This record gives sequence, structure tokens and C-alpha cells, in this order.
Amino acid sequence: MNGLSIIDLYTHERGPYSLHIAPGECVSLRGDSGSGKSLLLRAIADLDPHDGEILLDETPSTQIAAPQWRKQVALLPAESQWWQDEVGAHFSDEKPPWFEPLGFGTETLHWQVSRLSSGEKQRLALARILVNKPRVLLLDEPTASLDADNVLIVERLISEYRHDTGAAVLWVSHDARQAARVGSRHLQLTAEGIREHSA
Amino acid sequence: MITLSAVDLTLAAGLVLAMAALSWRMQLGLSGQLLIAGTRTVVQLLLIGLVLKALFANVDLLWVAGISLIMLLAAGREVMARQQRRFTGWWGFGMGTGAMFISSFAITVLALTTMVATDPWYDPQYAVPLLGMLLGNTMSGIALALDRLTTTAWQQRAIIEQRLMLGATRLEAIAEIRRDAMRSGMMPIINAMAAAGLVSLPGMMTGQILAGSPPLEAVKYQILIMFLISAGTGFGVTTALWLASKRLFDERHRLRLDKLAGPRN
Repeated sequence: MNGLSIIDLYTHERGPYSLHIAPGECVSLRGDSGSGKSLLLRAIADLDPHDGEILLDETPSTQIAAPQWRKQVALLPAESQWWQDEVGAHFSDEKPPWFEPLGFGTETLHWQVSRLSSGEKQRLALARILVNKPRVLLLDEPTASLDADNVLIVERLISEYRHDTGAAVLWVSHDARQAARVGSRHLQLTAEGIREHSA
Repeated sequence: MITLSAVDLTLAAGLVLAMAALSWRMQLGLSGQLLIAGTRTVVQLLLIGLVLKALFANVDLLWVAGISLIMLLAAGREVMARQQRRFTGWWGFGMGTGAMFISSFAITVLALTTMVATDPWYDPQYAVPLLGMLLGNTMSGIALALDRLTTTAWQQRAIIEQRLMLGATRLEAIAEIRRDAMRSGMMPIINAMAAAGLVSLPGMMTGQILAGSPPLEAVKYQILIMFLISAGTGFGVTTALWLASKRLFDERHRLRLDKLAGPRN
């Protein structure tokens, strides 16, 4: 099966988790706080040790060099980190794609990171992972610090990216209405594993 | 050379006692440590004096190798003890010790066989002090650098992982931290070389002059030693940081801070 497949994944003594996301599909993921949503995303991005298999277009993660895997299976953490003074130093691309739809221009690259608002950081972090042209997006509350207008902009942009590139998206959201808007299927994370439910 | 009598040393010890009393009055909490360290100095140096006396009387490669090994293990223990967050298991000791072995021993043997050219090359009168100076300085450099690397990696783990998420390799993700650690390991010897003769007279040269050597002979030895120390520290710190940076990650380029022990007080 093409897309992202997870088979009997165990991480941090939780699991087994199994799920499949087809190319171009967006699946929402909910779960109580502490249910391990972020840990699951970290394991899929191969940032934490885990058992079980993760496949991208039928290729197991173990057969792809880890840095390469993370470029293709991109994790957008709830809180992004910035380690240089200027925004542009975090981008390998001088004209990052998807910069304009997110409300940024080339001058943004010279902005000081210390002056960014949390909403700007969140949108820039999204632009930053899209530079790698990932095949899978793992989004951990990607609109938590955004105002209503920007929430819709980001939702539309991710949907466009998905349709243009055939990327599979796993979207963690606390907001049931957002989950219903963006996802075609809805998953619930519990202690026993992953359960599908209707919106 | 003017030999020192027991009375001379007692006078100097009196100064340390006075300082300890002052610290006790001011409640600095240093007097105990100061007295223990002072006692250790007397005992350890007297012992090594006796060992060296015996060693110089019987020049034997096995004896020199034996004492070198003891010095190396003591230095390795010291590096480990100075880490806020050291590596768990055998690595905590082996990393610094291995790096010191490679750099200090190689440089000492090189210096003994080519530059100083003693006969035999392991003549303890030269081999032991030379190795001691190299080990002592390399030890400080490695201890500083490793401590800097592991504590910074711990503090900046979110940043390191963010860079991994964006597709950085483990070496890329820790490159700046490793460079900083390298700098802090090398800074003492670079400062010492830059300030030598201007701010202070280096210890070994001072000792040789006190013992009656012509100043220019003492200077030549000091220059040799400083160059050996900077090379030894450089190679030692590089090796230790290379091992440690690799060890902080696993083969899937995951940051594995679980390989570090918790902080020490």
C-alpha cells in the first residue's frame, strides 16, 4: 500500500498502534492529554526508539537513512525551536515555497527571531518543514497559537499542499470542529491503541 | 640549590592554617576542604617523591609502564568526577581515559624518542615528569570540553531535536555545541601560551631556574613543553568530543540523553 503504514508500533511502553494513511489523505487524531499523541508522532518521525514497522510507500523506515526519513516524514512539533538570530538562517531556501500564502515575504527572512510572535513562529515553522517537500506531514496542534483568520489560511494551505503533492497528513487537534473540517477520517488514541470514530 | 628544611615547610603550612581559620570565621565552608586538600598534597607528593627516588635508582621499562598506567587511571577518574552529567556505564570512564591515552602517550613517546632523545628512551627522570605534565593538562582540557558538551546538549535538547526533525544528521545537529566545547577545552592552554612570560613565569621553567638551570635552557624546555601540551590537549579533546558526540546519538541519529547519568550536586 502506498502512503504511510504503521504496523504494531510500540514506543515508550505504549501500543500497539497500527494505522494507514493513503497519499493525499488527511486523518485527524485526538486523545486525552497524556495519551501519548506527541510520543506517537515522535516515534513515526523516528526520533524515539520503537518496535514495530513504519513504511513509506512500502519502504520500511529502517531502509532509509534517518535524516532522509525525517525530511520525508516531517514532524511539526507543538512548539518550534529557533537557534539562529535571523529567521532566514533557518531556511536552506532563499525563496521558501508557500511563504506568500502564509503571509510572509522575502523581507521576513531578515526578521529577528526574538521579535516573532507565537503565531508567526507557528506559521514559519510550517513553512520551514515544507521546504523539504515532505511526503508525510505529522502536525501537532499546528494552529494552536493562531487567530481565526490564520487558522483558516493554514488549513487551506495544508489542504492545497496535500492535493498538489499527494502528501499524507496526520493532524493532531483538540478542536473537534477543526478535526471534522480537515480530516476525512478520525482517529482516537487510547491506552489500547488507535480507534476509528465518526466525526 | 638551597634545600628546604622542615621548618621552612612548617612556616608555609602555617599560612594555609591561617587561611583555614579565616574561612571558618567567615563561615565560607571552605576550611574543611582546604585542610583535606593540603594534607593530600603533603602525603601524595611525599609518596611520589619516594616512588620517583626508587624509580630513578632502577631504570626499568616495566616500572615506568606501571606508574604511567596508574597516572592514566587516576587522570581518567578525575575527568569522570568533574562531569556534571557523565555517560552511564563503562563509557563514563573509558571515553576520557581512552582519549588521554591516545594523545598523551603518543606525544610523550614521540618527544622522548626524537626531541629529548634520552637513553634509554623511557628514562624515568624525563619520561615520568613529561607524561605527568601532558596528562595533567590534557585531563583539564578533556574534562572541561566533555562537561561543556554534555551539559549544553542537555540544555539545548529541544533545539538539537528540532534540527534532527528538519533532516540534519547527528553531526550537523550538534556541530555548534561541539565547536563551543572544543573552544572551552583548548582555551586554558591557548591563554597560557599567550600569557607565558608576560603575566607569569610558567611553573616548570620557574622550577628549573630555582634548581639552578641557566634561564635560556629552562626557556627552551618550557617552549617544548607548551607545544607538546597544546598538541596533546588538542588531539585529546578532539578524540574525546568525537567519541562523546557519537555516543550522544544512536545509529538512527536520535538524541539519546538516556545515556547520560543525572546531575550531580
